[in-house]
Amino acid sequence: MFEVPEDRKYLESHEYATTDGDTATVGITDFAQDELGDVVFVELPEVGDEITQGEEFGVVESIKAVSDLYAPISGTVTAVNEELFDRPELVNDDPYGDGWMLEVDVSDDGAFDDLLSADEYREQTE
Amino acid sequence: MALRKPPLSGAYGADARFTDFGGWEMPVEFDSIRTEHAAVRESVGIFDVSHMGEITVTGPDATALMQRLTSNDVSALSVGDSQYAMITDESGTIIDDTIVYRLPDEGERYLFVPNAGHDEEAYRRWVDHRDEWDLAADVENETDEWAMVAVQGPDAVDAVGSQTDADVEPFSWGEGAYADVAGVRSWVSRTGYTGEDGFEILCPTDEVGAIWEAFVDAEGCEPCGLGARDTLRTEMGFLLSGQDFDPDDEPRNPYEAGVGWTVDLDTEFVGRDALARVASDGVEEAFAGLILRERGIARHGYEILADGEPVGHVTSGTMSPTLGEAIALGYVPAALAEPGTELSVAVRGQEKRAEVVSTPFIED
Repeated sequence: MFEVPEDRKYLESHEYATTDGDTATVGITDFAQDELGDVVFVELPEVGDEITQGEEFGVVESIKAVSDLYAPISGTVTAVNEELFDRPELVNDDPYGDGWMLEVDVSDDGAFDDLLSADEYREQTE
Repeated sequence: MALRKPPLSGAYGADARFTDFGGWEMPVEFDSIRTEHAAVRESVGIFDVSHMGEITVTGPDATALMQRLTSNDVSALSVGDSQYAMITDESGTIIDDTIVYRLPDEGERYLFVPNAGHDEEAYRRWVDHRDEWDLAADVENETDEWAMVAVQGPDAVDAVGSQTDADVEPFSWGEGAYADVAGVRSWVSRTGYTGEDGFEILCPTDEVGAIWEAFVDAEGCEPCGLGARDTLRTEMGFLLSGQDFDPDDEPRNPYEAGVGWTVDLDTEFVGRDALARVASDGVEEAFAGLILRERGIARHGYEILADGEPVGHVTSGTMSPTLGEAIALGYVPAALAEPGTELSVAVRGQEKRAEVVSTPFIED
C-alpha cells in the first residue's frame, strides 16, 4: 500500500518529521499526497519563522482541495524547499525525498515522543 | 438518505475515488485529474454522467409545454437536434440549465436533461404546469431507465465511429441519432460540456457496462471523473449548477450568468417578461473570468476586491491544468467585468492580484 518509512515519526494529520538529531525534515506522507491528488500549490513559512507542534504552518492545495499543514514538531525553520513553488508536483512524486517541505531546528527534543511511530501511523491509514 | 449509485459503479475498478454529487455517489478521480484532463484535451476520455436526469415529454402539446418552460426557442429544433436552455422562474432566476433533445419518434417527443438531483423537481414542474395550462402532453421521469456517458476529446469521432453503426463524423454540434453503440441501442448526440469535440451517449441503464468497457478497453478512452469534468468546464467558462447559479444561494438570471444567448424573448416562457426588462435595462453584475497574477488559487466563495473593497465573489476557481495558471469565475459589477480590468481575490485573507479576461480561458 502506502510507503511509511521507519526513520521518521508521524502526526495524525499526515505530516512527518525525521528523528535524526536536532534538525528535522518535515513534509507530508505518501498517503496524504495520494488522498490530495495533483498538488498544484504550497504555501510555506520563511526561514527564521517558528513553528509549533500541532499548529498550522502552511497550506497545500491540490486541484480539488485545500488542506492546512500542521507542524509535527516545534522549532525554528532553517530551510524551505523553494523548489516546490515551481514544481509542487514533487510532493506527489517523492513526498519523503524531493517533496520535503521544511528543515527545522527542533526546539524541544521531547516533542518527537508525542508523534506516532511508523507502525502506529500505518495502522491509522489502513 | 442513501446516495444513488450510477449503474456503472461495479465497472470502475479499485482505484476510483468517489464524491457525493447531487445525491449520487460519483467517481471524482480515477488516475489523476491532471492525466484525465490532458486526455480529453489531447486525445479522448470517457465520463459516466448517469447522475444527470432524463425526462421525456410527448404528445400533441409537447412542443408547447417545452416552449413555455425553457428559455430557448424549442420550435427551432429539427428532429434529431438539441439545444442548451435555461429553466427560469417568474422572476427570470435560473432554476436549472438543461439540454433539450428532439427525438425522432412519431409525433412530438422531447428528452431533456436536468442536473443531478434536480430530476424530481423538474418533473413536478412540468406536470404541474401541464395541468395548469391544460396541455396534452405525457411527462415521464426516466432518470432510472437511462444511463449516460460522454466521450470527449479530439479523437472522439474516431472512437465513437469505431463502436457504432451510425456515420457520426458528419454530425454538426447538437445533432444526434439512434444508433447501436457496442451493440447497445442508444441515442448518440454530438454534445458535451468540456469544450472539446465529442458525444454524449444515452442508453438503457442495464446495458451501459458494455459501452463503458468498449470505450475503455477497445478504444483506449481514459476513464475520467467529475474532478476533470470540473477543470475542463471551468477552463471554458461554463456554468456549474448549484455553484455558479443556484436559486437559493446564488440567484442569477441568464444575462448576469453570461448565457443570455439561450434566451429567446420572441417565445413565451415562465420568466420571459422579467428577462425582457433585464435585457432592456442591462445587468448590474456580470459573470467574469479572472486569472490570478500572483501565486495562489482562488476558490469558490473567496471575495473579489477592487481597490481593496469587496465587490463580488468567486463562484468557481481552480488551477487550470492546461494553462498552469489559477483561473476563476465569479460575479462582479458590470463596469468591472471588462477584460483587462485589474481586481484582486482574497485568498485566505491575503490579497492576490487578478485580471479580468474573456472566457473561454483557453483557445476555443
